[in-house]
Amino acid sequence: MVKEIERAGIPVVHMCTVVPISLTVGANRIVPTVAIPYPLGNPLKTPAEEKELRRGLVRRALRALETEVHGQVVFDK
Amino acid sequence: MKSDKFKVVHYLNQFYGGIGGEDKADYQPEERAGAVGPGQALQKEMGGNGEIVATVICGDSYFNENVESALSVIIAMIKKHQPSIVVTGPAFNAGRYGVACGAVAKAVRDELKIPVVSGMYLENPGVEMYRKYAYIVETSNSAADMRKAIPQMAKLVTALSSGQEVSPETHGYLLQGLRKNYFHAERGAKRAVDMLINKMGGQPFVTEYPMPFFDRVAPNMPVADVRKAKIALVTSGGIVPKGNPDHIESSSASKYGKYDITGVKDLTVESFSTAHGGYDPVYANQDADRVLPVDVLVEMAANGEIGSLHRYFYSTVGNGTAVANSVTFAKKIAQELLNDGVNAVILTST
Repeated sequence: MVKEIERAGIPVVHMCTVVPISLTVGANRIVPTVAIPYPLGNPLKTPAEEKELRRGLVRRALRALETEVHGQVVFDK
Repeated sequence: MKSDKFKVVHYLNQFYGGIGGEDKADYQPEERAGAVGPGQALQKEMGGNGEIVATVICGDSYFNENVESALSVIIAMIKKHQPSIVVTGPAFNAGRYGVACGAVAKAVRDELKIPVVSGMYLENPGVEMYRKYAYIVETSNSAADMRKAIPQMAKLVTALSSGQEVSPETHGYLLQGLRKNYFHAERGAKRAVDMLINKMGGQPFVTEYPMPFFDRVAPNMPVADVRKAKIALVTSGGIVPKGNPDHIESSSASKYGKYDITGVKDLTVESFSTAHGGYDPVYANQDADRVLPVDVLVEMAANGEIGSLHRYFYSTVGNGTAVANSVTFAKKIAQELLNDGVNAVILTST
């Protein structure tokens, strides 16, 4: 799905846990996420901490969207 | 040596290992003596030739979230039995399991230098990533194929262990993309010129080497300023309004949903859940923001960090969903997003 959205001309960032699958499939902007059942959360943290974690990852995704890339890039920090 | 039984170690996930379902996908590697689950059928098919001396079981999520450390433990467990061959899976179309089966195969090849037999459906991501490292018997996309997959795997295991020649045609495994040299009656130069003459003359010709098709899409130019951008959310994690009104399937989705989140500030346990059958749904059901980050994006739109959050999100279930279907969904979704003036997309997957 990521590639079809990219093909239509819309910049897209893939936030996903199993990064090797995303790389193989061909996403260009990739942000690794926390875990398979909770990519943008962590039930071991308090709700406030979880939300802050989520904000951080989404902010990283927004930075990825603003970054020029010439191939596949994993934004892991 | 031929009269000795060859030793096999079998790798399984938490489900086939009899530990549990999705709720046990975080199970750490464990070793059992002898054959477990489908290994018992495999043992029977191998007859007196080979023996599964041990089975290593690991949860699919644990493996994929801790690849290096899981592999190091798993390889140590396998190594001490000094098997002559390892079997992983079969994984059919289970993506995480296929990736684990393939990664274990690669590590076994690299470190133990013995062959590995597995079984997967053609579209399993494990195939594309690891086909060079294992003899992957081609299976159908469902575990109902176990009864055909096991005998084929057993046949391949026995052939490899006795040093027999194998090929995709004779033993039903997926092309590995490995080159094997052989002598042809005619020189390559002559064959190439003959082929070129045919091609230029519009005559039929058959390539000796099909070019691999790597589908890559060039990345689009970045968003100039997200503070002015309209961002849309799409997910393969199956987040849907509670009750799954469009009945999106938990596996092999035949459709996607489009949902209006105008006025929604937060996805709650009462209002949203996941339809996805391929991961433990507990955490996403408690708080769907953990898969579709609506809460933080709504705040960011309110405080100007982004221009706006698109009123619709699109959702489907990525579990075993046919690639062709995903392409069709996304083409339609992309067209609507363009019509709605969306500048960028965040797509979340589990």
